[in-house]
Amino acid sequence: MSRPTPGLFAVARAILAKDLRVELRTLESVPAMVLFSTTIYIVFRFGLDRTRLEGNLAAGVLLVTILFAALLAINRLFVAEREQGGFEAIRLAPVDGTALFIAKAAALMIYLAALEMVSVPVFGLFFLDGWGGIPALIPVLLLLNAGFAVSGSLISSMATNSRARDLLAPLILMPLLVPLMIAAASVADPLLALGGPTFEDYGQWLVILALYDLVFLLIGYAVFDFLLED
Amino acid sequence: MRANSLRNISILAAALLGLGFGLVFFYAPLDADQGFIQKIFYLHVPLAIVALVGFIVGGIHAIRHLRTGDPVHDARSYVAIHMSVIFGVAVLATGAIWARASWGVWWEWREPTLVSFLIVFLLYATYYPLRYAIPDRERQARYASVFAITAGAFVPLNFIAVRLAESFIHPRTFATANGGLPPKMQLVFWVCIIAMALLWYTLVRFELTAKRTRGQLSRLRRTLDGSNPPPPGAGARIAPGAAAR
Amino acid sequence: MPALPLDDAGPYVAAAYLVFVVLLIVYVGIMAARLGNLSREIESLAELAERRERERAGAPAVGEAGGGEGNVPEQASGEDSP
Repeated sequence: MSRPTPGLFAVARAILAKDLRVELRTLESVPAMVLFSTTIYIVFRFGLDRTRLEGNLAAGVLLVTILFAALLAINRLFVAEREQGGFEAIRLAPVDGTALFIAKAAALMIYLAALEMVSVPVFGLFFLDGWGGIPALIPVLLLLNAGFAVSGSLISSMATNSRARDLLAPLILMPLLVPLMIAAASVADPLLALGGPTFEDYGQWLVILALYDLVFLLIGYAVFDFLLED
Repeated sequence: MRANSLRNISILAAALLGLGFGLVFFYAPLDADQGFIQKIFYLHVPLAIVALVGFIVGGIHAIRHLRTGDPVHDARSYVAIHMSVIFGVAVLATGAIWARASWGVWWEWREPTLVSFLIVFLLYATYYPLRYAIPDRERQARYASVFAITAGAFVPLNFIAVRLAESFIHPRTFATANGGLPPKMQLVFWVCIIAMALLWYTLVRFELTAKRTRGQLSRLRRTLDGSNPPPPGAGARIAPGAAAR
Repeated sequence: MPALPLDDAGPYVAAAYLVFVVLLIVYVGIMAARLGNLSREIESLAELAERRERERAGAPAVGEAGGGEGNVPEQASGEDSP
């Protein structure tokens, strides 16, 4: 009765397409994330009392800002499913519920990429003296996005179906994201150094990031169905 | 039968703990490096190891819960995690005292094991708000199991990441358990680990028994109050007469 | 090199072990309190069960012509109401 696995990606693609269409039409998440990140930069500028950042401070401000903006999107990720019966639909349809997990993770990755395409140049404008480290930062950010995407998608689906919705997702996610942040910050720190980027342990940290992404992807793939059960 | 085994392991745990502590203070040689302060090692490290293993055990029970749907496994998962969180408090407290005695500061960011443990502790602390936020029993148990599995897989990942971040900064003073320990110290260390593990297990058994008893009592009360025949065990969180363990 | 001379280290070691013991005692205390609650609950349930037994024993007699039976006044009047 159930289709073979290729059906999984077809369903995921369909859900993703729906989400992107909705996002393009309503512009709910991404513009808010961009605006939010810009405002946070301003807060950091005054909170740290600095107009130029480099090294670990620059890495910290950039990554923490992206983290907070990601949380905005993560909180909103399953709202439509909850309010319009999307969970029930997936449950009833003869498809693997994991398709929803993959679709949402992919959507989040796209939102974050869109965010960073604007937010990173803004960050460079506000705080950086030289943009030499930015290109090398791109793979790091991509892997970071993937980490936010898979863990955020997993936790958000749990939090959405609970009573303390908006509170629970960030609460549970923060500790989970620490290794990701550690790795990203450790590699970004020398990239944003004052004299120009240095590639200290670049490969090693990328491997750690990829490992994190893989572990959470596997976990999400294994357990997501149980979250959909009634 | 059940009551007897509970009493027996309690006695055994108490005896082993007493033996362990006695060995710590009267048998284990003085550490050349840290002196008397090193004695905290025999308390802090076994607590930490047992707590971390306890979290993993909670994750394993969670897997069994998801596979069988039997609420017994959920109860075991919950109690395992709960007990490890309590042990975690002890770990952090003794760790802080040790840091203060060793380095003069109550907290040291450059000690990767302690920092990793704090992160794991904070993660599992969110287990309670998660459970309380989901009123439906079955759903709550399922989500808690998913969390326990995710968090269990997270523990090694976290330790690796933090260790890598600090590896080039600070020499590790909290020496790894068996690395370079003289045999006398190793013996005492192992006795203490076994004692702590048994203590953890004993307390977990107590908690589970108490939980089960409370469940049976509330079912009994409902039966008597409602003057109804007792409902089938379906609604019970812990099935009566389920495995005596 | 220990940061503190040997004599100062004693209190810290003692504090660490004390923290552990105190936590243990607090936990045992909480368990003991819970046990007390459970005992009380059992007592009240046993009482309830006894009352039920008495009702059931007294019921056949009450069901007849009624009135004047020694058992009746013992029942709390509200108990049999739906």
